[in-house]
Amino acid sequence: MEEKVRNFLRTSFSDVIIREDDFRRQQSFYIKPEGLAPICAALLQNKELDVKFLADITSLDWLGHEEEKNGRFEVVYNLYSLSHHYRFFLKVRLPGDDPRVDTITHLWEGANWLEREIYDMMGIFFEGHPDMTKILTPDELEGFPLRKDFPLTWEQPQFSWNKDRPPEVIK
Amino acid sequence: MAEERTIELNMGPQHPSTHGVLRVVLELDGETIVKARPVIGYLHTGIEKTMESKLYHKALPATDRMDYLAPMSNNLGYCLAVEKLMDIDVPEKVKWARVCLAELTRVNSHLVWLGTHAIDLGAMSMLLYTFRERELVVDIYEACGGQRMMTSYIRIGGLAHELPKDFDKKVRTLVKIIKERLNDYEKLLTNNEIFINRTKGVAVISAEEAIDYSLSGPMLRGSGVKHDLRKANPYSGYENFDFEVAVGRNGDAYDRYLVRLKEIREALRIAEQAVDGMPEGPYRAHVPGVVLPPKEDVLYKMESMIFHFKIITEGFKAPFGAVYQAIESPKGEIGFYISSDGSNKPHRVRVRPPSFINLAALPRLVEGRLFSDVVCAIGSIDIVLGEVDR
Repeated sequence: MEEKVRNFLRTSFSDVIIREDDFRRQQSFYIKPEGLAPICAALLQNKELDVKFLADITSLDWLGHEEEKNGRFEVVYNLYSLSHHYRFFLKVRLPGDDPRVDTITHLWEGANWLEREIYDMMGIFFEGHPDMTKILTPDELEGFPLRKDFPLTWEQPQFSWNKDRPPEVIK
Repeated sequence: MAEERTIELNMGPQHPSTHGVLRVVLELDGETIVKARPVIGYLHTGIEKTMESKLYHKALPATDRMDYLAPMSNNLGYCLAVEKLMDIDVPEKVKWARVCLAELTRVNSHLVWLGTHAIDLGAMSMLLYTFRERELVVDIYEACGGQRMMTSYIRIGGLAHELPKDFDKKVRTLVKIIKERLNDYEKLLTNNEIFINRTKGVAVISAEEAIDYSLSGPMLRGSGVKHDLRKANPYSGYENFDFEVAVGRNGDAYDRYLVRLKEIREALRIAEQAVDGMPEGPYRAHVPGVVLPPKEDVLYKMESMIFHFKIITEGFKAPFGAVYQAIESPKGEIGFYISSDGSNKPHRVRVRPPSFINLAALPRLVEGRLFSDVVCAIGSIDIVLGEVDR
């Protein structure tokens, strides 16, 4: 299965694949942001691979790490084949200012809330999403809590007290 | 003639049948739902952010507090993910004990679900019965880890303590009692006409849509998709156990009820097999510098004390990389995506929350249906708001 996924991506999408990684025997592909939606659409069409289940979407912030040179944000798409019991990852790197990537809600309904959560917590905008609004945090909260420059103990709609310094980055 | 229009009704956040602080904004045309919009986040406590600031060992207690009805499953998922990241292999005994505890957790979670779901639909006595039986499971938790809910008993590389001496006896008694009582539940509900009328053909979702919505657990299996991570990608030695995967057919609330009931039976079978075949051995892997040494050694052996002190104060450094480990929790696929930047704290811990993703399908389940079906739909999804909001 590992070989099949690699062949499929290498033959049809060689121009958007940056590199492949198999840390702890987990296959993952770093791809260019513009290649994401076409790859997902092609995967859904492919009967042989049968990758129909979008398990999860998550995001990472590499601020202050040497990995930041490849793009500060990383969005990870966790795809799973129900018939082959095989899981692999597509990873997209995005720049630090104004990170944007195309939505995949037109392919999977389940991506809707997952993308909204990432927008809310990490501030990555999904273009073409039908309802790009906050989902977990209060409406009056400014900034994105899971970014590395958001202080851990800073309460914005304040319920108790603030021990940390105010976040300069947000202003 | 008066102008025809829809009204907007606010259900929750303080409503007994929303199982916590879920708010659903409903647009009603008479009694039919035109649009449903779940509003969540009232219980958001930033657990993922908190875990980033803790050492790997110290981030563990945060996992109990997400799905507080299935603490052992969450512990297990996190520990397996860290063990995968650190490439640790745990002793056989630990694997078997973990399987046993994870299955007891499934019983615990499903019993609470059964009681609350039934009381939502008017069967008052079920709640009292299921909470009586759940007591047996939390008693075992208490004997193992000293806590009844936030156990943190499963640790990185093993367990927190040795299993209690009469563990197997306790589990066998529990299995015997609950097996009998399940028959009573079935008598009360399975052929109960009111219960059938409230659940059959309600909150239906087809197999294709269930996959489209990324549903998992009983929500997916209730629609007829035979997918169980315990069989598909066995972890912690599940390949050694003999059990069946419960699958529904119609994808309605009644089928999900049957699936969960069967899962309790299968979980009891697995728990029994686990105590029958429990091998002897240490309760923690021996990996100096990563896994905490056993407590009894810490008090008498110099090296153990040094390692204990170093792990508690400095932690261990994980290799650069990211791992994902998913397990089949009572709610569905709970996965931990742990990214490490090479330091002693996780760079990012992402939890794939089954309740959150299953709840996203709520509008699909209730739109076009009657208002009273919302209660049944929310109940049959089996959400825990602590995990939805994290």
